[in-house]
Amino acid sequence: MTKKLVTQAIVQCNEQGDKAFVPYIMAGDGGLQTLKKTILFLQEAGATAIEVGIPFSDPVADGDVIQQAGERALAEGITLRKIMTELASFKEEVQIPLVIMTYLNPVLSYGLQSIAADCEASGVYGLIVPDLPLEESGLLKEALKNSEVALIQLVSLTSPAERIEAIAKAAEGFIYAVTVNGITGVRSSFTEGLEGHLERLKAASSVPVLAGFGISTPEHVRTLGGLADGVIVGSAIVTALHEGEYEKVRTLINASKNQLTNS
Amino acid sequence: MTTETKGRYGKFGGQFVPETLMTALQELETAYEEAQQDPAFSKELDYYLKEFVGRETPLFFAERLTKHAGGAKIYLKREDLNHTGAHKINNSLGQALLAIRMGKKKIVAETGAGQHGVATATACALLGLECVVFMGKEDIRRQELNVFRMELLGTKVVSVDKGSGTLKDAVNEALRYWVSNVEDTHYILGSALGPHPFPQIVRDFQRVIGDETRKQIVEHEGRLPDAVVACIGGGSNAIGMFHPFVDDQDVKLYGVEAAGSGISTGKHAAAIAGKQEGVLHGAYMYVLQDEDGFIQEAHSISAGLDYPAVGPEHCHLADIKRVQYDSVTDQQALEAVQLLSRVEGIIPALESAHAVYYAVQLAKEMKEDELLVICLSGRGDKDMQTVRDALGGQSI
Repeated sequence: MTKKLVTQAIVQCNEQGDKAFVPYIMAGDGGLQTLKKTILFLQEAGATAIEVGIPFSDPVADGDVIQQAGERALAEGITLRKIMTELASFKEEVQIPLVIMTYLNPVLSYGLQSIAADCEASGVYGLIVPDLPLEESGLLKEALKNSEVALIQLVSLTSPAERIEAIAKAAEGFIYAVTVNGITGVRSSFTEGLEGHLERLKAASSVPVLAGFGISTPEHVRTLGGLADGVIVGSAIVTALHEGEYEKVRTLINASKNQLTNS
Repeated sequence: MTTETKGRYGKFGGQFVPETLMTALQELETAYEEAQQDPAFSKELDYYLKEFVGRETPLFFAERLTKHAGGAKIYLKREDLNHTGAHKINNSLGQALLAIRMGKKKIVAETGAGQHGVATATACALLGLECVVFMGKEDIRRQELNVFRMELLGTKVVSVDKGSGTLKDAVNEALRYWVSNVEDTHYILGSALGPHPFPQIVRDFQRVIGDETRKQIVEHEGRLPDAVVACIGGGSNAIGMFHPFVDDQDVKLYGVEAAGSGISTGKHAAAIAGKQEGVLHGAYMYVLQDEDGFIQEAHSISAGLDYPAVGPEHCHLADIKRVQYDSVTDQQALEAVQLLSRVEGIIPALESAHAVYYAVQLAKEMKEDELLVICLSGRGDKDMQTVRDALGGQSI
């Protein structure tokens, strides 16, 4: 097992002169039936991979936009199990890798025995668990060992050099570089040391580095995409999809294209 | 969960937090280890505990309560007599001094009943620290006067209307605030919960309760007690009381969870009774949750016990059967508030009243020459409105 499907999608994208663009969606925001439509739209619009968020009762790493989307999804009765089943139902139509972002407790309730096989059956090739730092990741890593599902680690601005080394060494899929000290959500500016931080990360890592948290405008996508191998855009996508502003989504994705010639 | 041994109590505990907080937790761990080695730190803490908080608190022989129960001799550890009215100040002061050692001038905290918020606001006023406290909207309604007390002490109180608007949501919001302000802010967690090293730090700052009790009961009776009873929300007063007795196998320890309207109604806060394991607020614990792993709301008449999990060390003590955990309903706690008020002239906090009710039942089954200690964790002034409403708003 190579766990390389997500990595390959990003590398191929970079080889074509584009930066990777991974939109985050809150699964079930607007009802379970919208999930297929949203994923197929994002695929057609040029997403490199899609981060599928699972709603949770206590999302401590999320800002207001994603919290509210999560509450809407919870009100629809959305659970990890329902999302897995739904994703499996249209797997054949999805050519880009899906990555699930979920807090740990729903995964523990789902069952570590079946999570890897069910992810593969649903076209999910990565898991991002924001409350599972490297030190605690062993159990889930073991559960995913013989699968194509990568356990994607986050690196923060506060991570010291030796921690970054350790995380980079253990990295699978890509490294999720958190670009702000804080929770998810739209921001107007980023810290000054970010450029050097992302450069050090890229140097330490054998998998691509994607920047995420606070990225909300085409300009952010160009700037931060230029510093990393691509970007993850969450709150801005969630808001645009909720409001039916599909052109805004296209504009954000298009800002990641033809990056290498621009930068 | 056997992947990591640091900060584990059996299989419970751990550090299940966003990466951004890992460095802060490691800094805290190092700073705390250094503080423990530094005699000047404990000297300063002891000074404030004695001169500011009023320790040591008495271990009072409750003669009329003993007669009423008609069994074991009952002693009350009077944590209600601490400055600010509960045991919470022991931890708030300790952690505020630790924050100063770490060069952090800003404090964030959560509060349920408001006791930890008031204690932290007090410590911050005493030591000149800036303080913001997150409190659930529902708790603000229940504990209006505590909000005013915090504001009077110079603390900013932020209402949390997300989720159930109670303690768990206040912790979520305090954690989010800490992630966003981690470089200059220390989070003073109020119970023996959260990611390592918090459960250990809170326990160590609260163990003064058990250490004093041990010494005092020997002074009074020449021997250790046969039973010790404390209420459990997150479990800070209980772990502080129990910890010095854990190795004394002859001292039976009893933790009392809040059964709310009754365990069978589903409206309760008894996470150990629920027996479901999971991760919340950075630790692996017994957690009230549904089959999809979503955390459920806790229910208790006492805001301080209204939390859907129990600290990791208690979970372990339950697992190895060193402590027996049972539960007491809202109604029974209300009975105990009235009982203790009338027979001893002490109005207990609703939280502590859970322990009082349980202890009276337990004492009845014990012999007259046996000794029972209740941790009376707080005074009841804050609950007068709640108790009056629950008793039908009439004079009694």
